[in-house]
Amino acid sequence: MSDITVAELENIANRLRLHAVEMTYAARSGHPGGSLSAADMMAALYFSFMNHDPKNPSWEDRDRFVLSKGHVAPILYAALAEAGYFPVDDLITLRKMGSKLQGHPVRGKVPGVEMSTGSLGQGLSMACGIALAGKMDGKEYKTICMLGDGEMQEGQNWEAAMFARQYGLTNLIAIVDRNRLQITGDTEGAVGLEPLPEKWKSFGWNVIIIDGHNMRQILEALDKAGNAKTRPTVIIMKTVKGKGVSFMENNAGFHGRACTDEEYPRAVEELRGLIQ
Amino acid sequence: MTGEKLAQRSYYGKALAELASTNPNVVVMDADLAGSTKTSDFQKVCPQRFVEVGIAEQNMIGIAAGLAASGKTVFASTFGVFATGRCWEQIRLGVAYPKLNVKIVATHCGISVGEDGASHQALEDMAIMRALPNMVVVAPADAYEAYAATKVLADYNGPAYMRMGRADFPTVLPEDVKFEIGKASVLQEGSDVTIVGCGQMVSYCLEAAEELRSEGLTAEVINMSTIKPLDKETLFASVGKTGCCVTVEEHSIIGGLGSAVAEALCEEKLVPLERIGTKDTFGESGKPADLMVKYGLTTADIVEAAKKSISRKG
Repeated sequence: MSDITVAELENIANRLRLHAVEMTYAARSGHPGGSLSAADMMAALYFSFMNHDPKNPSWEDRDRFVLSKGHVAPILYAALAEAGYFPVDDLITLRKMGSKLQGHPVRGKVPGVEMSTGSLGQGLSMACGIALAGKMDGKEYKTICMLGDGEMQEGQNWEAAMFARQYGLTNLIAIVDRNRLQITGDTEGAVGLEPLPEKWKSFGWNVIIIDGHNMRQILEALDKAGNAKTRPTVIIMKTVKGKGVSFMENNAGFHGRACTDEEYPRAVEELRGLIQ
Repeated sequence: MTGEKLAQRSYYGKALAELASTNPNVVVMDADLAGSTKTSDFQKVCPQRFVEVGIAEQNMIGIAAGLAASGKTVFASTFGVFATGRCWEQIRLGVAYPKLNVKIVATHCGISVGEDGASHQALEDMAIMRALPNMVVVAPADAYEAYAATKVLADYNGPAYMRMGRADFPTVLPEDVKFEIGKASVLQEGSDVTIVGCGQMVSYCLEAAEELRSEGLTAEVINMSTIKPLDKETLFASVGKTGCCVTVEEHSIIGGLGSAVAEALCEEKLVPLERIGTKDTFGESGKPADLMVKYGLTTADIVEAAKKSISRKG
């Protein structure tokens, strides 16, 4: 799928956003803010960068994706459904009893979900294990782990970061969704993360900083990360929480709540307007 | 030879070293304690499938989950306190929930860890691991059973926790003992009281049975080497005969073997029950033998509990 155009990927990203808003509205709960900030990267991963086969989710040479910020499950489910892992119509069952689409991703329930996540700070360790298995088995697959920025406050991430460097996990790509907001508000007002790039550098990683809503930059960064030779790579993508819906942008309130009846049609209208 | 003093962890290491050549999927992990847990025996023969994570137990479990999700059979070891409590939530989400093939094998469990004191004496590990859905909990009675259980767990596809002690202590089973998950064994038949033990306390249970015999009482001794799933069939058959029960574990009486047996008996076959274990308390530094006396984990304590249990029969 590498011949897909930037415009097509941007369109897909906005479709994923629309799904996330619809799903969380139908569920009357969920985490749309961080779903929207991650949407462009998710589109780039599942529709351009990753080597995967939706018809064969356990293909042993597939690239693996671990969503450490598991609360943005809606954007992952939307990407998986649009890619063909399961019917798009299933998305509306998010968070409902009996649905495979649990509030946070569950391995074994959803085709394409590699690991169970939702408790923050654990995905990068899991991704290290997958990447290490790939090295042991002489496989070429990449392991990609998306992290929230607030999540970097969990110490386990830094254990994993040290490990990845020690074990030369050049096949591992971490992506930090740097939207600067956590439930409490500004990450720097909670427990500050900056200087974040320097922290990763000092842990022995390649660091690439991009605008997480610029598709060309996303694709270039992934390409570079995918060709790393000596170190694991982290892409710190500067994003806007709630990106794509004016009143959700940079609004920490939308971290963990769905649109109200009044907000929903406005959000849908704005997002539809972005889709060509 | 039965009765010989051997460390369980040495036999764990021996089993792992053998698995290195017989099972290409086995990966062994440790958190800076390989020399103590004896995973170093595997490391020596199979360094390419040994993963040292440094002093980072939470990371170890996450990596173990990722390895298992990629088809590996993972043994992750460190001391009991750190193998369970330090990374319990990582085990819950990463291993137990998705039923991944990770064996958490802890050494240095129980108060007989001795001089290191309470910070290092795991007395709640079985309780917290037993509470996790999908988790098998095993406490082998001696070195031979630890060896057998390691081999069986390598072939079992799912999460499991195995606890072992630090010290050398007498073996009670034959060297070629067979271990089966969820299957207890009656080591000695009797009709006055059922004594259910696990781990190194099984040897004390057998000694207690000897003492009771000298007083004209016969005890049935059960080695409940799997705490979860509990072998209720063997338990109920025994208490059906004896009419009373004592549980014995080097662990808190809250949440471990004593609790598991109490739950089963209360729900289905109510008989008097006495529980030997630490009584809602932390341990402390001291010589293992002295600590066993202070915390009520001796043969004499079991004998006394057995008599009390017998006296409570209707």
